[in-house]
Amino acid sequence: MNTATVSEDEGHQEHSEHGLSDFGYIKIAVILATLTAAEVATYFFDFGVVEIPSLLILMVVKFQIVVSYFMHLKFDSKVFSYLFVTGLILAMMVFAAMGTSMAFWQNPSGCDASAFC
Amino acid sequence: MADTAEAETSELAYGPTDWDDHHHLPTNTGLTNEKVTMWAFLGSDCLLFGALISTYLLCRNRVGPATKGPTAADLFDIPFTSVSSFVLLMSSLTMVLAVTSIQRAEMERCKLWLLTTAALGSIFIAGQVYEFTGFYREGLGFTTNISSSAFFTLTGFHGVHVSLGIVMLVTMWVLVTRGNLGPERAETIEIIGLYWHFVDIVWIVIFAVVYLIP
Repeated sequence: MNTATVSEDEGHQEHSEHGLSDFGYIKIAVILATLTAAEVATYFFDFGVVEIPSLLILMVVKFQIVVSYFMHLKFDSKVFSYLFVTGLILAMMVFAAMGTSMAFWQNPSGCDASAFC
Repeated sequence: MADTAEAETSELAYGPTDWDDHHHLPTNTGLTNEKVTMWAFLGSDCLLFGALISTYLLCRNRVGPATKGPTAADLFDIPFTSVSSFVLLMSSLTMVLAVTSIQRAEMERCKLWLLTTAALGSIFIAGQVYEFTGFYREGLGFTTNISSSAFFTLTGFHGVHVSLGIVMLVTMWVLVTRGNLGPERAETIEIIGLYWHFVDIVWIVIFAVVYLIP
């Protein structure tokens, strides 16, 4: 049991240290450049109602690729993923709290809280 | 079991001052404290940028009752910023190549990639300074309106992060050049790389949410 555990740990360590080859990283960079070009294309061409969803999806995909491959989260310990995702979730909660306060909270004079800006 | 007890006793006996700089103290998680700390810092930095991006989104089209002037969105030069974004994105590639180089003990190549990454970061910062100068000439200063304050605070904080990253990269280059940082401490470069990739992903969000989404 112990031997198996050690072997798995060693295997994980070797994988986490190596990640992808240099050529693999270059391929990832080409994919990222292509996605960026697609993003910029939305500025020059009218994509109608799908423009904003497309931009958000492209942003999330690029974010995920950089975090997974360049930052090695895909190959590294889950502890790092938990630390980072916790920060991301808290950041989204900050956004939700601010959005809620600006959209729904009103001051006694009847003006909404966003009136100051 | 006896070996484990002996190792623990040995660690206690020698104390922290006798640790070899090139070997990390075994931790409960099996992960180095430096790397865990960097990830915890990056997680907390998400909160900072989350708050700044939220503030900008809430104020982006508001100039306020007392102050007037254009908003940042009125003055964006998307083609120019797209090139800056591409430069920063490619710096992430050169950063990861620097990490793989030092892991393979290719020190000259590592130095080259570190310098290239710092140079690409500097080009990005130069572009940001050029953009800010253009905005100022068009009448959009930090205190022109609440939209401009939110914009300059957000992008300015990101610029400070990139600038700090450049300082760290140049420091790493000096350490590698002097032979003070070898393949046995490749994780140091990897940790600096994590920070660099983080400023890249923050820009991915800023570029899409602030610049491209109408």
